[in-house]
Amino acid sequence: MSTHAIKLSVNGKAHERSAEARITLADFLRHQLGLTGTHVGCEHGVCGACTVLIDGRTARACLMFAVQAQGREITTVEGLAGAGGKLNVLQQAFHEHHGLQCGFCTPGMLMTLTELLRDNPDPSEAQVRDALTGNLCRCTGYGGIVAAALAAARTTKDT
Amino acid sequence: MKPAPFDYHAPRTLAEATGLLGSLENVKVLAGGQSLVPMMNFRYVIVDHLVDLAQVEGLRGVTVADGTLRIGAMTCQRDLEFSADIETHCPLMRAALGHIGHRQTRNRGTIGGSLVHADPAAELPAVCAAYDATIEIASARGTRDVRFADFAAGFMATAVEPDEIVTAIKLPLWPAGHGDGFHEFARRRGDFAIAGAAVLVEVTNGVVKRAAIALCGIATTPVRLSEGEAALAGKKLDAAAIKAAAVTARSLEPISDIHAGADYRRHLAEVLTRRALTDAASRVGTR
Repeated sequence: MSTHAIKLSVNGKAHERSAEARITLADFLRHQLGLTGTHVGCEHGVCGACTVLIDGRTARACLMFAVQAQGREITTVEGLAGAGGKLNVLQQAFHEHHGLQCGFCTPGMLMTLTELLRDNPDPSEAQVRDALTGNLCRCTGYGGIVAAALAAARTTKDT
Repeated sequence: MKPAPFDYHAPRTLAEATGLLGSLENVKVLAGGQSLVPMMNFRYVIVDHLVDLAQVEGLRGVTVADGTLRIGAMTCQRDLEFSADIETHCPLMRAALGHIGHRQTRNRGTIGGSLVHADPAAELPAVCAAYDATIEIASARGTRDVRFADFAAGFMATAVEPDEIVTAIKLPLWPAGHGDGFHEFARRRGDFAIAGAAVLVEVTNGVVKRAAIALCGIATTPVRLSEGEAALAGKKLDAAAIKAAAVTARSLEPISDIHAGADYRRHLAEVLTRRALTDAASRVGTR
């Protein structure tokens, strides 16, 4: 059982901690850094609740050990809102279009859609639904989430 | 669940990595981790050591030379999906990649990892079977090339020894203008397929010069439908010839498990082969 010094950046802030090799990035973020916005659902890469951005690309934080994030830049749901906790365009659209109910899947949904809208600012509904195949929601039936993503794209285009 | 304790190693060179694999007991290679880590979290897999290849130099990237497409084993599926070389030279792989898991897993999952994990329903092994790819394997004892037919050894088993690392996958390119088709059936988008078909066809002077039909989810390893391939040779690639090739799938004896019985898989093999060949026929000469 090896323990490693881990240096990484989370939402633009540098952190240095030590962790056992077997600690997943999701548990590291939650328990070592106190960033509990990243949710842990299935712990085997199916539900998508723990989705974060690693060097700008989405990944399951439960399928990666914290030690593998050495030197990487991580973005979690805590990194989305602006100064004073002002919701960003996508978060505001979730609020307005009933994109969440219990909220458990929401951090993963937001991170997946953050990557999608960055790479494809004007997605079709089919593209949004394809992007969301890796994120499970048991409350909304996805309708509100898809509507929120499309609304966020429209808002960004109009401003 | 959480994985059992282990020691983590992050070598920077291939020599260092193969040295670790040769000297440590109960050790596994960590590539993208999208199949291994779930198995560790379930404690299906309990290791004493993990050797992470992420920092090993020279294991990533796509190159084309002398009619061969060479893919570094640590190249992630997402990079392959957007590789201009893959799109130009190996559209079959481009089509298959879209069916692998989800974007979040393709961002980390690697081609080498997919091949060594060797799930019978996986897409990239089926593509390698269609091409009869050569797998390059290294250890402290040296390097060797293994044809895919010999690489796929059984249910989630390969020819890779515990002290070895897959370093590259080499595909012999088919000529420009060949046709390709990939179809699979899964209950949900991103799931492992119940069955899938990967096909390649080369047509000269209006008739099929050669065809490759590889099926996943049918046996414990990807299988070639050689009877169907033979049925196409020398024929005009029309609906009748495609149907005649696809019906040869009826002689398969597929596996049966909780996801689907043998009869259903046999049916899917025929239907998916027909669809993949139909797509391939429509693409002949178009790129």
